[in-house]
Amino acid sequence: MADKPNVIVVGGGLGGLWATLRVVEGGFPVDLFSLFPVKRSHSCCAQGGINAVLDVKGEGDTIWEHVIDTIKGGDYLADQPPIKTMCEEAPGVIRTYDRMGVTFSRTPEGIMDQRLFGGVKKRRTAFAGATTGQQLLYTIDEQVRRLESDKELNKYEGWEFLSVVLDDAGQCRGIAAMNLDTMEVKTFRADAVILATGGLGLIWGRSTMSTNSTGAAASRVFQQGCRFANGEFAQFHPTAMLGHDKLRLMSEACRGEGGRIWVPKDVGDKRQPSAIPETERFYFLEEWYPTYGNTVPRDVASRAICRAVRHMGMGVGGQNMVYLDLSHQPRKFLEQRLGGILEMYQTFSGEDPYTGPMKVYPAMHYSMGGLYVGYEKDAKSGGMKLGSAKNHATSIPGLWACGECDSAYHGANRLGANSLLSASFSGRVAGEAVVTYLKGLPKARPAIPAAPFDQEKARQEALNQAILKSDGKENPFALHRELGEIMQEKVFVERNNKELDEALEGIRKLRDRFNQITLDDSGTKVNQSLSWARQIHDMIVLAEVITKGARLRDECRGSHYKAEFEIKCPEGKFAGSPEYEAYRERWKASNEKWLKTTVASHSADGPTIEYAPIDISIFPPEAPRDYR
Amino acid sequence: MTQEIQFRIKRQDSPDASSYWEEFRMPYAPAHNVVSALMYLREHPVNAQGQKVQPVAWECNCMEEVCGACTMIVNGVPKQACAALIDDLEQPIVLEPLSKFPVMRDLQIDRQKMFDALLKVKAWIEIGGGHDIHRHAPLISPDEQDVRYHFSRCMTCGCCMEACPQFHQESKFIGPAPLAQVRLHNSHPTGVYNKTERLHAIMEEGGLTDCGNAQNCVKVCPKDIPLTTAIGELGRQTTAQWFRDLFSK
Repeated sequence: MADKPNVIVVGGGLGGLWATLRVVEGGFPVDLFSLFPVKRSHSCCAQGGINAVLDVKGEGDTIWEHVIDTIKGGDYLADQPPIKTMCEEAPGVIRTYDRMGVTFSRTPEGIMDQRLFGGVKKRRTAFAGATTGQQLLYTIDEQVRRLESDKELNKYEGWEFLSVVLDDAGQCRGIAAMNLDTMEVKTFRADAVILATGGLGLIWGRSTMSTNSTGAAASRVFQQGCRFANGEFAQFHPTAMLGHDKLRLMSEACRGEGGRIWVPKDVGDKRQPSAIPETERFYFLEEWYPTYGNTVPRDVASRAICRAVRHMGMGVGGQNMVYLDLSHQPRKFLEQRLGGILEMYQTFSGEDPYTGPMKVYPAMHYSMGGLYVGYEKDAKSGGMKLGSAKNHATSIPGLWACGECDSAYHGANRLGANSLLSASFSGRVAGEAVVTYLKGLPKARPAIPAAPFDQEKARQEALNQAILKSDGKENPFALHRELGEIMQEKVFVERNNKELDEALEGIRKLRDRFNQITLDDSGTKVNQSLSWARQIHDMIVLAEVITKGARLRDECRGSHYKAEFEIKCPEGKFAGSPEYEAYRERWKASNEKWLKTTVASHSADGPTIEYAPIDISIFPPEAPRDYR
Repeated sequence: MTQEIQFRIKRQDSPDASSYWEEFRMPYAPAHNVVSALMYLREHPVNAQGQKVQPVAWECNCMEEVCGACTMIVNGVPKQACAALIDDLEQPIVLEPLSKFPVMRDLQIDRQKMFDALLKVKAWIEIGGGHDIHRHAPLISPDEQDVRYHFSRCMTCGCCMEACPQFHQESKFIGPAPLAQVRLHNSHPTGVYNKTERLHAIMEEGGLTDCGNAQNCVKVCPKDIPLTTAIGELGRQTTAQWFRDLFSK
């Protein structure tokens, strides 16, 4: 083994690239693995912005408010010390990005501009046009390329992570990966591995995520013993445009700028939407929520749309869609305020959103859950101790996780514009944690025997051969479509235990049917069907984790909603009134039972679920979230 | 309205194999784009003659025209397949891999050369490290930021490289996309400190002077990046640099 410890980072979005940067700057070489050139990672899809308290608008914004907004946004389900530290460090992350040359939008005096985002009262979101994620990704990609020029870094782009290599003691010693051009399986040694493999939207078939956001990598280490937390918490965005291939996000700004959600009163109405008179349209958000109307929060809007479509059967043309209408607004106003977004709708739908309504439906957008990661609490500050090797460590020794594939920061629901922050910050923290860990290793390290590597390579090759030789009748792409249908129908915005039981049964059947898979592709080069078949297997595994977590959690929290267990806030009543206080007591009693992290472990019979306590020492929950 | 969608796809089984054409038909549905149609075909890999064939390989990711992965030649024009709507295309729709890069399989190509070029021209801002130094970058005017934003949206997709007559697998020309990144980084208030190095990198063989001024690049850029403007500005910058070099010898 080489004298100098080395690190493997898997995934080249914001999390993976920040981790890479910090490890190399800490003096250790990195091998960076990605399915594709890292510049094409899903981070580039984030549009809105990144939160940090800079108070450029003189609104007296404070870090404390960012902490509280994040804690409450997550409905108290996230451990609070890491949130505190993330919010404290956010301005530093932004300043660093600025030095790296991110094209942040500017005020007339040349400083970084900030705008308002959902769930907060102060302008806290820095942005770069309408493609903030892309701009951040490109800039950190450039910084990593700078390191590549110094030969501290090897990129393995076009390699798929298959598994970690564990020694007899269960310590992570490296990875197995497959070259996606030649389909060759190889193992690679490392003293530490960081997973930064992103979200898992494809488990719902189609989502707002990129087509490689399958969650397969996280699933693979889960199956090797890594614990997975809060799988049931997935954020659904209320307004995504429909597509055969993807559900493209239509920003919340559409509703903010006067967009109205409606369906025809007559389900069988065959007229063009613009020909349907006002009196024959059902503006259900405006009718059900007279105060907020179309600008109700994301989760409320998503549930209302599902109620209109699924419970009342009023979807446009009997399908899963409603109208999002901006056509009553002046063209010039729309061009100025929403130009880029409407242009995208036009590009991908071929329809003109200036003259007729857009067709939208809620879509899976972000996974709050992920690989269960730890942190070291700083006794003095009450936050996370920066630089500790425990930060973002998974339950497998030698394996860290950061970015959307981890479970930290967002609890039961993520605040808008906090994801670019958590991806960047957690990447930085994970990288620094690994540096601390490596510096603490004894100088003379025992040589690692070849056996675990040989065994893992053989196991992975056998898995490939089993799929290539399998001669059943199940098409892997069709299996994925069916998985998506189950998740979309039964593990969606509104959940109930009967449907969740049905979903679990359906998922288990898919798991069995996977054994009957057949590939149409026998190619020895760029065999995308093989890679996909392996991913669909791993998606099915995580789907069961998600669904079982949802089935067991009998409450409403953040993005997870079961009508049967809703504790309703008494209308028009506030703290002090007997009705409100009784409501508060019911809510607290429910917290006693459910304010805990869902932790899943793998077994051959499916996931086993346990619960772990949450650190609520920064801002203990005294009152339910209230966006009235 | 047509009842089916017809494709003619240029295929190649491996990097060394020779290419061949294959035709496909699939049922028409509204709002398909080239990638969503390819997704249908991979689930139903049967050619127009009804023979079962190996699924077509191609690359995609974001499906929103921001990652650049799915770039291919659609009816003769290099573009992102995800943003190429079937309803806007004449049929049969002809799909080819970009011709200026090695084909790995079918429509999947290797654009490593473009990333190597970014390395060569030092397309980054030099900073002392990713730690916070409690300072921002120097001020940047909204106008300058607006210009920079245009250049910084380059997806390294390869459309401009495909359209450029001077860039091909045998040529040394680095092509329009990396040149525009020199323009971008030379205009940053601290990026300017390394302007000389970047200019020297494009004053070598295969650099700026290999541009034949065909102006094809700017016409095919999906992000409307003012590539020819950048090349013009770099011409002035390299001329000035040439004089500086001459007098500092």
